[in-house]
Amino acid sequence: MPRPGFVLEVDRNTPPILFWRGENFSLEKLPAGRSRVIYAPEPLEPLVDIDGAIRHALLNPIDHDPLPELLFPGMKLTIAFDDISLPLPPMTRPDIRQRVIEAVLDLAADAGVDDVHLIAALALHRRMTEAELRHAVGDRVYDAFAPRGLLYQHDAEDPDQLEYLGQTPQGEDVEINKRAADSDLLVYVNINLVAMDGGWKSTATGLSSYKSLQHHHNPQTMEATRSFMDQHKSELHKSNWRMGQVMVDSGVKVFQIESTMNTDTFPKPFGFLSKREWEWNARDRASFIASSSALKRTPARIARNIFHSIEAPHQMTSVQAGEVDAVHKVTTANVWKQQLVEVQGQTDILTMGIPFICPYNVNSIMNPILVMCMGLGYLFNMYRGKPLVKEGGVIIMTHPTPWDFHPVHHPSYIDFFEQVLSETTDPHVMSKKYEKRFAEDEWYKHLYRTSYAYHGVHPFYMWYWGAHGMQHCSRVIIVGGDVKAVRRLGFTPASTMDDAFEIASDVVGSSPTITHIHTPPVLVADVK
Amino acid sequence: MIAEQLAGKRIAITGSTGFVGTALVERLLRSAPGCELVLLIRGAKRGAPERARREIFKNDCFDRLRAEFAGADETFDEMIARRVHAVNGDVSADGLGLDEAGRALLVSCETVIHSAAAVAFDSPLDKAVEINLLGPSRIAQTLTELNVTPHLVAVSTCYVAGNRRGNAPEELVSEGPFDLGLDWRKEVASARRLRSDNEAASRDPERLRSFQAAARKELGAAGAPALASKTEHLRERWVTDQLVEAGRARATSVGWPDAYAFTKALGEQALMETKGNVPVNIVRPSIIESALAEPRPGWIRGFRMAEPVILSYARGLLTQFPGVPEGTVDVIPVDIVVAAIIAVAATGPSAPRITQVASGGINPLKYQTLVDNIRAWFTEHPLYDAEGQPIVVPEWKFPARGKVQQQLKRAKTLITHAEQVLQALPLRGTQATWAARLEERKTDIERAYEYVQLYGLYTECEALYQVDNLLTMWNSLDESDQAAFNFDPRSVDWPSYISTIHLPSIVTHARAKTRPGKNRNDRADRLRRSVLSPDRHLAAFDLENTLISSNVVESFSWLATRRLNMPERVRYVLRTLAQAPGLSSMDRKDRADFLRFFYRRYEDAPVAQIAEDSKELLTQLIVTKSFPAGIRRVREHRALGHRTVLITGALDFVVAGLKPLFDEIVAAEMTVRPDGTYSGELASAPPTGETRAQVLADYCAAEGLLLEESIAYADSTSDLPLLECVGFPVAVNPETRLAAIARKRGWLVEDWEKAPGGPRPLLPIGTMLGERERKRSFVGSAMTRGRF
Repeated sequence: MPRPGFVLEVDRNTPPILFWRGENFSLEKLPAGRSRVIYAPEPLEPLVDIDGAIRHALLNPIDHDPLPELLFPGMKLTIAFDDISLPLPPMTRPDIRQRVIEAVLDLAADAGVDDVHLIAALALHRRMTEAELRHAVGDRVYDAFAPRGLLYQHDAEDPDQLEYLGQTPQGEDVEINKRAADSDLLVYVNINLVAMDGGWKSTATGLSSYKSLQHHHNPQTMEATRSFMDQHKSELHKSNWRMGQVMVDSGVKVFQIESTMNTDTFPKPFGFLSKREWEWNARDRASFIASSSALKRTPARIARNIFHSIEAPHQMTSVQAGEVDAVHKVTTANVWKQQLVEVQGQTDILTMGIPFICPYNVNSIMNPILVMCMGLGYLFNMYRGKPLVKEGGVIIMTHPTPWDFHPVHHPSYIDFFEQVLSETTDPHVMSKKYEKRFAEDEWYKHLYRTSYAYHGVHPFYMWYWGAHGMQHCSRVIIVGGDVKAVRRLGFTPASTMDDAFEIASDVVGSSPTITHIHTPPVLVADVK
Repeated sequence: MIAEQLAGKRIAITGSTGFVGTALVERLLRSAPGCELVLLIRGAKRGAPERARREIFKNDCFDRLRAEFAGADETFDEMIARRVHAVNGDVSADGLGLDEAGRALLVSCETVIHSAAAVAFDSPLDKAVEINLLGPSRIAQTLTELNVTPHLVAVSTCYVAGNRRGNAPEELVSEGPFDLGLDWRKEVASARRLRSDNEAASRDPERLRSFQAAARKELGAAGAPALASKTEHLRERWVTDQLVEAGRARATSVGWPDAYAFTKALGEQALMETKGNVPVNIVRPSIIESALAEPRPGWIRGFRMAEPVILSYARGLLTQFPGVPEGTVDVIPVDIVVAAIIAVAATGPSAPRITQVASGGINPLKYQTLVDNIRAWFTEHPLYDAEGQPIVVPEWKFPARGKVQQQLKRAKTLITHAEQVLQALPLRGTQATWAARLEERKTDIERAYEYVQLYGLYTECEALYQVDNLLTMWNSLDESDQAAFNFDPRSVDWPSYISTIHLPSIVTHARAKTRPGKNRNDRADRLRRSVLSPDRHLAAFDLENTLISSNVVESFSWLATRRLNMPERVRYVLRTLAQAPGLSSMDRKDRADFLRFFYRRYEDAPVAQIAEDSKELLTQLIVTKSFPAGIRRVREHRALGHRTVLITGALDFVVAGLKPLFDEIVAAEMTVRPDGTYSGELASAPPTGETRAQVLADYCAAEGLLLEESIAYADSTSDLPLLECVGFPVAVNPETRLAAIARKRGWLVEDWEKAPGGPRPLLPIGTMLGERERKRSFVGSAMTRGRF
């Protein structure tokens, strides 16, 4: 029986705590008596018969007819699936998507359906490479569909591929993939890594265009989203749900398949990364010392390659299919079961180690903007109820934050960093002044469509993701970061954790309470 | 009195765009309000009136006079229009190159002041002869021909006395004890002969080949027209150098410090022989320096004799300068010289025949005093180096000339060697700029070497110029004239003149760095702003090493290997590496030939497959190896409404993915065979070298855009024709030679890099495809057939 999450009160005997620093990690001593560390629950037991569970879900959907009953010869069937941003790190083969898609295709074949399209639901993310697609859907599916042009990626900039469905009562435009909208049935294959994923967000975001996205991917919405991990307090989700209703009203039939995963994040040699420090044995300590000192001497490019080749052993803990909303309720409950940790009260300083990966740098580089997004966007938002840190408190991250960018994946980020952030870090100002220009830029569109670039507007979305955190905290400090890059982000650089506490004392006094969110593995603090 | 004597008179002046001339014009206009001026100016392209406006009246010399006219009934410009007539005239041409109107104006003059001279120490002998030796006689002759006899005041120099110790009286050299009896006509004939001899010698085939080689070394594969123009330039420079050297040698052989003094001396002699009935007076100043008081203390125009030496010393470039500490440096402020000239002109032909304006005889400035004051001043007000650190001036040891020359020679040799090494290295960007700086330093040392060579002679000259005539004239003036036209050399207090007037003036004039702190590179910012101005029309970009760090070999390799299996790939890489040296030397020789040769390798490549693969090439080669700042710049130009043009020797399909960035892509194109494969032959000459300039010029002409309002970005000297044909050239990551050129010409230099942290593929090889996609490679069969 896996142990639940746990909040450790740091005392004199507490060993130093593990902090991620990009492609490395360090051990930091936290002040005794006023610090605490939140540990994630241990990974839940995965399903034993995954294929059986999938088949069961398809045949016994929630609030929906079984899938076989929806399939008939001559129909148009579209299977959309989550892109490279899920799961993190990428899982060992076979990927959940492959298993689910194969099960759906089996049923479709049985029913004599021969018009099937598979679409990667990219939204404005970068296109996946052939290798990445093969990893997600499996060679069998890829070879059967891709050469015939039946497996492809959503293109939010191709007017011929988009269909306008109308507006929500709030005046939000709904525009989604035309093939998906025109199909007799849209099957969505999702991986629900965190509570933010899934539900109507899968289709209303994943298959839509800038025209639609701008209604909820903006500073106002993100500041009113009191944790995008908590659907019921999230303006982001409410907007997506309204758009989902428009889709239903327009006759789009969605069969949602959602799955949850356990938090078995790292393969054996890196097992110590998920363990609680005082339980480290000699071997864990040795691996820590060996790997951290070796990584210190490794060029960043090679270290990056090493980490990005990690495939996580995480496995499926539940799968459910049927009507979007009903399915998502069950899914969310299953996510909480794995990730929720009850925490009493807020803290003055929230510390976080930024790992090497976030949803937008798979096989790529965690550039400074993504560091910000990972810290203030994701980790800050890992709460339900109240933020972990008090309003006006301080966030301390550890990450080298190098001035590095992937030229192919993040071209608009480079220009955003040089041209926008050098002028303003205020999400509202940049959204008014620059967003449109980047969003409509022909070159970015070209790279998004023909190369492997995130859309021109994407760096803005990353920045908006941190809007709530920026508004909430009075200071952000990055320990060990490239000084110039950190300053460009509008944050304060510090060389050591002690320096960071010293800098923070301006705001929170000399003996503040400190909370460290010990992640990955993913956890969500249920702050009472 | 002087003002009254000049009132109503018309005075012709030559050399009015020079240092003394400008001051003279200003002083006459301000202090002798009744006179009119006729300025004889070499018209060149613009014409005399325009040159007068730009080069004389815009000078800060006239600030005071302009201020006096502020609010007056007559504006400054109206006064100039009323009192000044600028006519095209040239003292090195017979008849002074005057037209009918010019002759009429000259005839109407009561006085002619001849102050035109070739004063530069590096004037070629024949030029010095034409201007300094023949100039005064030509004026006298022209006046005789026009049948007029105005008062001619010729400005000469004290140094006509030659290298001598002791007193140099105010008399003609030919009348003195040291006259060699030189025949000026023979000197003229031989100087002209030397010019034609050297012109002929410079066309010797062997020599022409060496000019050609030097041009190629400096410019690289810049294309035939650029190389030809450079070669011709080098030839002309060679001729000039020969004549400079000849002048120096001839002058020293007969006892003058340099060709200037030598030709001036013979010029006086010639004038006296040919003046006819024209009354002549000669004024001989010594070394003229910044103004004591008029129009303002410290006013100076251009760089004179001592400034370059002083600044080199203050910059730490020159640690030693020859001279004897107790020797005299004969310096005289320009306003004193000008006042003396005016006084002579006002007195008329009754003035002494020769008037020397010098300080050595009555108020000597000792070399030791000069040096001590300079050192003290720069110790208190140091100049700063590029890093913002003050430069400490060295102790002056008064070494012998030979020793200093030897020191400088050694430094130059060292730098030349370092430079040769750096030139040979494949440097780019910042390092190349650094190498270019070294070249600049070499130029500085060369210059210092020449100063020492030349001015050393002057500082070692121990002649004492007598000023009896000057003082007699001074004593005859009434008080008001003495106040208005001070030419008393005794009125200069040397220590105070040096530290409060002269040094501050030349430091400001030289725009030397007088504040601590690093340079903020304002110039680059300013240039960048002018490049990114909405007024521009077009921005042309080279591709390789300007926008991406890749080349045609890489793109070929990528496309060729994309469908190869592992053993074939290894074979391909080994072969290409083996051929690399040959290919790159071919590329250096002639880019177009290299491209033609190299593109043959595409023979048999299926068009459809190449088009398909080129899509992926955009990601894996072009974008991966791009300079994001460069791509951003292209887009900035587009956003400003400029046309953007890519001009590249790369093949059209390689750059197809860049289409959204450019309004026009000019690339190499191959012909296609009926079976849908490439022939490996180019459809037309590839856009390289001078073709690029032509292509751009044609495009601009067709689209109604102006080349002067266009910008070109390129990285190598082979793009010089392109860079030179536009108004705003930008050197991107320049190689050493281009960096040096860009620095000299003040071009904007950009250092663009690949995205930091981005992937750095070791070899430009396509990622392995699945078995199925490897179906057809056009290179596999070619390799088997041993084509390359």
